Amino acid sequence: MRRYHLEILCLLLVTLGLSLFLYKSAFLKYPLSPDSQTEAWLVEAHASFVAEGGPVKLSLFIPKSTQEYLIMDESFISRGFGLTTQLSDANRQATWSIRKTSGQHGLYYRAVVRRGNIGDVKDKSKLPILVAPPFEGAVLEAANSIISDVRAESADTSSFVEGLIKKINQDSPDSNLKLLLGRRPSNLKKAKVASEILAQAGILSRNLFGILLGDDTKNAPLLHRLEVRDGGKWRIYDVVTGESGLPDNFLPWWRGSEEIMIASGVARIKTTVSVVKNQEEALSGTLSGVQMTNPELFRFSLFSLPLETQSVYRVIMMIPIGAFLVALLRNVIGFKTFGTFMPVLIALAFRETQLFWGLAFFTILVAVGLAARFYLDTLKLLLVPRLAAVLIVVVLLMAGLSIITHMLGLEPGLSVSLFPMIIMTMTIERMSIMWDELGPFDSVKQGLSSLLVAALIYGVISDKHISHLIFVFPELLLVILALTVMLGRYTGYRLLEVKRFAVLGKQG
Amino acid sequence: MEFAETAKKLKEAGVLGLNQRNGDFILKYNPRRLFPLVDDKLLTKNLCGKVGISVTELYAVIEIQKQIETIETLLSQYRDFVIKPSRGSGGEGIVVISGKIKELYRTVNGHLMSLDEIKQHLTRILSGVYSLGGQPDKAIIEYRVQFDPVFEKISYLGVPDVRIIVFLGVPVMAMVRLPTRLSGGKANLHRGAIGVGIDLKTGKTLRAVWRNSVVEEHPDTGNPVEGVEVPNWSRLLDIASRCYELTGLGYQGVDLVLDKDHGPLLLELNARPGLQIQIANRAGLLPRLRAVEANIASLKTPAERVRYAQENFGH
Repeated sequence: MRRYHLEILCLLLVTLGLSLFLYKSAFLKYPLSPDSQTEAWLVEAHASFVAEGGPVKLSLFIPKSTQEYLIMDESFISRGFGLTTQLSDANRQATWSIRKTSGQHGLYYRAVVRRGNIGDVKDKSKLPILVAPPFEGAVLEAANSIISDVRAESADTSSFVEGLIKKINQDSPDSNLKLLLGRRPSNLKKAKVASEILAQAGILSRNLFGILLGDDTKNAPLLHRLEVRDGGKWRIYDVVTGESGLPDNFLPWWRGSEEIMIASGVARIKTTVSVVKNQEEALSGTLSGVQMTNPELFRFSLFSLPLETQSVYRVIMMIPIGAFLVALLRNVIGFKTFGTFMPVLIALAFRETQLFWGLAFFTILVAVGLAARFYLDTLKLLLVPRLAAVLIVVVLLMAGLSIITHMLGLEPGLSVSLFPMIIMTMTIERMSIMWDELGPFDSVKQGLSSLLVAALIYGVISDKHISHLIFVFPELLLVILALTVMLGRYTGYRLLEVKRFAVLGKQG
Repeated sequence: MEFAETAKKLKEAGVLGLNQRNGDFILKYNPRRLFPLVDDKLLTKNLCGKVGISVTELYAVIEIQKQIETIETLLSQYRDFVIKPSRGSGGEGIVVISGKIKELYRTVNGHLMSLDEIKQHLTRILSGVYSLGGQPDKAIIEYRVQFDPVFEKISYLGVPDVRIIVFLGVPVMAMVRLPTRLSGGKANLHRGAIGVGIDLKTGKTLRAVWRNSVVEEHPDTGNPVEGVEVPNWSRLLDIASRCYELTGLGYQGVDLVLDKDHGPLLLELNARPGLQIQIANRAGLLPRLRAVEANIASLKTPAERVRYAQENFGH
């Protein structure tokens, strides 16, 4: 057990990190890349009407989130009307009302619809009660006869429904059906009749209305489907073709037999539904989805922090990557740097200054700082005051550089203030000690090697994809932790060491 | 892959790398709490005195600034001496005074220092300029080694010293470090001193390494460095072996000097000895370390351990 302690720890960390990562990317659909876009639709229902002068009340069915689609950012626009929304059984309804108004009016309902696939949205609404259809006399006889005809050719509920739909859609319906459907029945009429016949046969069913989320349409047709209760589930049929199931882009809107808008006290009411497709950043879409369906998970994530803090963490979360790279470059490659994590901090400063300016500023600061340090050396100062003096020189230099570059109109110069002053001071101190001891060559060499490591780290942490991955999936840092721990037990040669000892290999 | 191929050859030769030295030996055998014993030269000196290992004679310890003011009377008793920071590393801050010309002190590499400069240097030592981590330090003033004439022809200016790697009390590898003009008379390899491997069995020098490559002769004197016999070799091995009991550090580097009059003296101990000794000996440390790990149970006394080393680790 003790022997495999480290391996088990690393395995646990990797498993935990990767499984969280996979869960979030595969099931919650967190985007893996910062530029990925998702489809979203702006759905708008618009009602225009003329008020008759008395009290006005309008009830509009509005869609609710399903397993496939999330309804977000809803807004209701109406001037002077009181608004309530209520959930009644399977539907949501917005009700506008006003005590007294007249003239032309318009009401809007707007919502953004996104694809979800986010967990189960439990249908908690109660089942509607089976209501016997208002069949009487000849109509009742006709219905019963159709039922027995279809039943004779079917085995179970689904085949009964399919048989019924086929029968209703016959080119030349028999007299029984004609009686029920009337002349030239609309598809909606067919659906209503089918629902009634099913009720008569003791099968629960209801109409489902919805729209297709496709390309932009000013006037999206309201489609309807027949939902039949079969074995504890709702099965959906197309009343015309008899196909079961829903098209992928079907957005359910409301259920029942009522119109989309129920109004009183108005005239010339016209309701249209329009759909506008728009691409949006995948991340914000997913996030608002997760926030709705999985509030616990959302609360415990970086995205729940205030935006300002988030931007700080965008930087902080990259430090572990830099630290890991330093460990890798030092212990596996064998680079020597001034100060263990100095290159990480320099690389963070490069993020603001950009690489070219960063390298230029760093070189200037260190070169002038070193000159100052050598001058101070002739004064034989003691350690701490000498360090403080160099620090003061560094700060003055930074201010000077900012002013000069600003005067020259070079904006990157202002970001020089983000260089870590203390770290720069220590770097100058160590470089000068090394200069004294091992000569300028080794000192400059190690300075350049530090700079190279910083540039490499900058290259990695400034990568948009990597910083996106780490910020969206911070659990990946557990994997980095595991790798770092394993690196701690890497006792093989360092790349540069092999070169150093090469002479020993030759002799055999 | 050339790298992989070379790495494989090095592995076969049993070359110890830095990662493995740190991970498998220093972390495992050198408890951190023991490090101060070797990081502070004054502590090491006192420790050696207790068990009868000869060290360079201590003239004075400077601990506070006030002592520096009266340093002249102290120094006037000695013709030559060495000033060292007690907790310095890598030979930093060491000044070797070989004599006095009128009011000026002459260092071994020919510089002249005024009394004020000596005081200045002492102040710097006390303020921690040379100490590990920049902590306040003490300055040691001690006997200047008159090195054994055996190395006279193959060293330049400074004092050559013998480095022995001791693992669990068993000497596993040794070299002599010869100062050069480049090293400024100091015996530190990274400053440009030459490392010459020593046959553990006979005490004779092997071929030399200078700046990571093999050399046949001393770059400054031109004399061959191979085949020189280190006098008192078994005494040196014995002292090195006893340093294990002294500090408790499993893996340490023991630095000794040979004095003309006083014989072998312990200079300092090192808890993280470098790996270049492998190049100087043209041999890897790893097989020897593993052999010691396997046989340590039967090696109890320093004498047994030295015998084991001489029998098994000769060239």
